[in-house]
Amino acid sequence: MNRRSLVTIVSVSALTLTGCGQAGQGDVDNGDGPAEITMWTHSAGNPGELEVYEQIIADFNASQDDYQVVTEAFPQGAYNDAIVAAAAANDLPCLLDMDGPIVPNWAWAGYVQPLGLDPAITDSLLPTAVGIYQDEVYSAGYWDAALAIFARQSVLDDNGIRIPTVDEPWSLDEFDEALSTLQDAGYDTPLDIGAEDAGEWWSYAYSPMLQSAGGDLIDRDTMLTAEGALNGPEAVDFFTWFAGAFEQGWASDSGTIGNEEFNSDEVALSYTGVWNAMDSLDAVGDDLLILPPPDFGTGPAIGGGSWQWGISSTCSSPDGARAYLEFSFADEYITEFADNQVVIPATEGAAEASEHFSSDGDLRPFVELSQRFAVLRPETPAYPVISSTFEKAAKDIMNGADVGSTLDGAVAEIDTNIESNDGYGF
Amino acid sequence: MTTDSLTERVVLRRRKVWSYTAMSALAVIFLFPLVFMVVSSLKPDSQILADIGSPQAFLPVGDISLDNYFGVFDRVPFGRFLFNSVLITVLTVGFGLIVNSMAGFALSRMRWRGRSLVLSLVIATLIVPFETVAVPMVYWVSKLPTLVMEGGMVKYDFGWLNSYHVQIVPFIANAFAIFLFTQYFSTIPKSLDEAARIDGANWFTIYRRIVAPLAGPAFATVAILTFLPAWNQYLWPLMVVQQESLRPVMVGMQYFFQLNTAWGEVMAYTSLITLPILIVFLSFQRAFVSSVAASGVKG
Repeated sequence: MNRRSLVTIVSVSALTLTGCGQAGQGDVDNGDGPAEITMWTHSAGNPGELEVYEQIIADFNASQDDYQVVTEAFPQGAYNDAIVAAAAANDLPCLLDMDGPIVPNWAWAGYVQPLGLDPAITDSLLPTAVGIYQDEVYSAGYWDAALAIFARQSVLDDNGIRIPTVDEPWSLDEFDEALSTLQDAGYDTPLDIGAEDAGEWWSYAYSPMLQSAGGDLIDRDTMLTAEGALNGPEAVDFFTWFAGAFEQGWASDSGTIGNEEFNSDEVALSYTGVWNAMDSLDAVGDDLLILPPPDFGTGPAIGGGSWQWGISSTCSSPDGARAYLEFSFADEYITEFADNQVVIPATEGAAEASEHFSSDGDLRPFVELSQRFAVLRPETPAYPVISSTFEKAAKDIMNGADVGSTLDGAVAEIDTNIESNDGYGF
Repeated sequence: MTTDSLTERVVLRRRKVWSYTAMSALAVIFLFPLVFMVVSSLKPDSQILADIGSPQAFLPVGDISLDNYFGVFDRVPFGRFLFNSVLITVLTVGFGLIVNSMAGFALSRMRWRGRSLVLSLVIATLIVPFETVAVPMVYWVSKLPTLVMEGGMVKYDFGWLNSYHVQIVPFIANAFAIFLFTQYFSTIPKSLDEAARIDGANWFTIYRRIVAPLAGPAFATVAILTFLPAWNQYLWPLMVVQQESLRPVMVGMQYFFQLNTAWGEVMAYTSLITLPILIVFLSFQRAFVSSVAASGVKG
């Protein structure tokens, strides 16, 4: 290879590669043609969800001549990093979906602008399907998820355990007694609480239990400190119970992620989400019970707030983005999402039209649980720090750390972060 | 045959048996993950989870099928991802060999002011984790000038995001590779350069005709050591590539981690993306071992 051929190879490769370059994500004004609105979703690898988006986009693009929505799907596990990187490069798309708890942080960071949708639309949605920061609506979603206790009716009946209802859930004493009875009946680990999972699951699943016990992740009146909420006597009581559940073998962190242990009758109860319901219905059939979580003291609570849509602050066609979103919040699309994804529709009209979530649908209990017990994770930009701190503290306690000092440490970490960010606007 | 030599042979044979037994045990331990991956790729999710904890996890028994592989092709554009990874890896390694060896040549063979300082700076960059500079790098590559094709015309624009070259160019220059070339070139007698200079050769000719041909093991080692990170790129493409058609295989892994992880498909996908690496390593096994031994580098 001589010098000329080397230079030729390098030049041709460079030209070829630069030819594959793309313009940024900023919306493109195609002269006289429709303005292009870029849209990012976390749904790559989820054909059911993508199918509905494609349908909505095709319908919207065909319904008018001013805007053309183009979508790019990202895998969920990589999505937030992609958004943060795009924001750093000032290359955010016009429309983006966000997991509910992250919305205040991204609103505070200036990634998204107030949504500005017709209030008639946002008012019709489940409260947990709307993302609010500092009294402004920044996001809205088509659906929500919900957690429940899965059980077999035959198992509860055989062991003389009362079947709880949303009006009369298990008290903590009843729950403890049920777990003890089931353990005596031969279930080595009677409850699959999902502790083998990691990440946001821990805050989503277990902070509602803490709230049910009377504690919280942060003082929601001020959003400035976790003191008293995360380390108060109620929180200490709850985490003492939490640690005890593992100590006594009622729950374990060594199972497999998912609901397979319940489906194969290795555990009697499973604290899990609506996304596992169809597999359990297939495995258990009519014997499946979808029960409210126990009342730890102030009434049952489950996590709320799932994926929602927002408009980036750099969107050059916010009116087009709003037009698309308003078009997309039709009940027919929300129903399609719900039935394709097996998630709870955000409007009552869509729920009624749903195969699974209508009044006589097999998964209707989730709608009631969501309406009655769903609690949003704190709507503060500090939430990502609160969540990761909570997860670490809860895992330490599960593994035997002292409850009081661990919670005090978590509070100090959260408060320091809030202080160093000047209260995140509160 | 004396008793002593007989005893010696028995001892040697015993030693051999023990050493082969130990090596076989190690081989089995190292093969277990691969066997589990391939076997699980043939099973439905429920059976994978049910078999965990028993020897059946390593045996192709039960409900065996290629359904997970079909599922992979339904869920991700696997061919496209594979093409992208091969292209990115080959060009990163190829250009890397040229650029880094030239840099190593300049640092080890040529005399110029500040050479030691530059080498120290290059080595110093080895201690900076990529993750710490990733976000600033995203910002900078988003501002770099580029050429784009629009309507059949080449146009000048800014921003490298969403392209192949943003996944290749930042990784061509590699501090470790430069250091390795520098060290290896230093072992080649300088008298060869001097003789060539007397014969009228310029520096590029000395590099191309004399030093590079004598540094085969160094080139092989660098090729292998830069191949794996290029193939395994995950964080960077995740941050700089938004278009699905430009993503490499590793980003595709995330497609399977939905609310209900498709474990069978995960195993099928990992089997498929491990295959090219296995083929490369098995094909160049001898070259790899000899180059590592010759250059004194271990992974």
